[in-house]
Amino acid sequence: MPETAQTHPKPGIGRSLRWAVLPVLFIVAWEVAAVLIDNPFILPTIESVVAVLASPLTSILGTGSLVENAAVSLARVLIGFAVGAALAIPLGIAMGRWPLVDELVDPIVQIFRPVPPLAWVPLALAWFRIGLTSMVFIIALGAFFPVLLNTLDGVRSVKRTWIEAAMTLGASERQLLTRVILPGALPTIWTGMRVGFGIAWMCVVAAEMMPGTNSGLGYLIFYSYNFSQVQVIVAGMIVIGLIGLGIDLALRQVEIRYFRWRELER
Amino acid sequence: MKLEVDRVSKRFNGDAGGGTEALRDVSLSITEGEFVCLLGPSGCGKTTLLRIIAGLESPTEGEVRVDGVPVDGPTPRLGMIFQDYSLYPWRRVIDNIAFGLELAGVQKAERLARAGEYLDLVGLEGFANSFPYELSGGMRQRVAVARALATNPAVVLMDEPFGALDAQTRNAMQLELLEIWTKTKKTVLFVTHSVDEAVFLADRIMVLSPRPGRVREIIEVTEPRPRDRTCEGCAAIRRHVLGLINE
Repeated sequence: MPETAQTHPKPGIGRSLRWAVLPVLFIVAWEVAAVLIDNPFILPTIESVVAVLASPLTSILGTGSLVENAAVSLARVLIGFAVGAALAIPLGIAMGRWPLVDELVDPIVQIFRPVPPLAWVPLALAWFRIGLTSMVFIIALGAFFPVLLNTLDGVRSVKRTWIEAAMTLGASERQLLTRVILPGALPTIWTGMRVGFGIAWMCVVAAEMMPGTNSGLGYLIFYSYNFSQVQVIVAGMIVIGLIGLGIDLALRQVEIRYFRWRELER
Repeated sequence: MKLEVDRVSKRFNGDAGGGTEALRDVSLSITEGEFVCLLGPSGCGKTTLLRIIAGLESPTEGEVRVDGVPVDGPTPRLGMIFQDYSLYPWRRVIDNIAFGLELAGVQKAERLARAGEYLDLVGLEGFANSFPYELSGGMRQRVAVARALATNPAVVLMDEPFGALDAQTRNAMQLELLEIWTKTKKTVLFVTHSVDEAVFLADRIMVLSPRPGRVREIIEVTEPRPRDRTCEGCAAIRRHVLGLINE
């Protein structure tokens, strides 16, 4: 890239550190503001937040440690996400493969899709009471729609001749589904899972703020609010962000490694 | 082996109820080991006819029989090769070739061995573990040929298989196809809109008229192989066929 080489005589150093510019500015601005405001109930200093993060195994306000609460949230999101994806993927494949299923199911999907998962909270509490079932319901709903719509999209993007070639090679309907349609749609389904997991992660944090909850990162930051422990709130938010980012990166690695053919296939 | 196309007609129903007549009363009989080209202007229904023979579409009237048994759907007895290669990009070359055997439940070791033989037949030794996107168009089509042959079909149906290739690759592929045909003694039905290609390849050329496709004439090409593309006999047939198409 000659253009960059001209503006940066030493592109190696200039480029490798460029990503850090805004985060560093942000942290400096935060610390300056915290010192100027001088009120830990509005904006805690970086040191106080780092102190919370530095002892992730210490129990906070008797609600368990950061690590314990993060583990609880992760377990919940995994269960809810698994339920949502396990329902969405087969349904999406059926809708994409058989027009009749699509015709029957699509109106319901269109009606429920715009309802935010959190709008289901009162109903979830009425149906399942406070507890894991309610949360799993909310999280699964959040993951369900992106996974469903991407699966549908993926199945529809499967080339007709891929299917016809398999048919002339003797594939049964079942073989078509498992050996052609599913692998052909998988990259798009995976994208849906990434989006769905992001939403599920938001849902778990919100669901943990429901009344009657007593664990999880969402609970921890809400509970800390009652005790004006703003540094714990910020530390909790950072952990929530890092876990979400980490999982997305991991899912993206799988995409790069196994689904490269989608970009390379012309 | 005998492939019979018996008074096949095809009508596509349009939204307005009018519909399009794609084929009218087409009959053709192919015997074992023959190389037949289906030639006609675009839109004459030659691809539709091939798809009907493959069992991918059903005729409105008439039927297709293999050894007297009517074709009522796709079957591994009728191998098909598509213009867009239609390889599975998530499978390595060897697993693409072995796909039909895999569907038939052949054990892994055996199907890989058999796929390997066909890989060699199409001259792609050393590319077993490549992915289709790493290959050129001509190489991809060779993989598709190997995949279609690996299940040992009675007839190989080819739908303008070299249409997407440049002229030079195309000529090389025609030569290779004839070589493979000589080795395997397969019956081939080959759709093309190129008169040159048909004259170079075929034992018989079936010329279809513009829509609705009807059999215009079936021409025997008796020139001995390997054919010289510029020889007088070929030129005479080419002139005759071009005359039929341009009429």
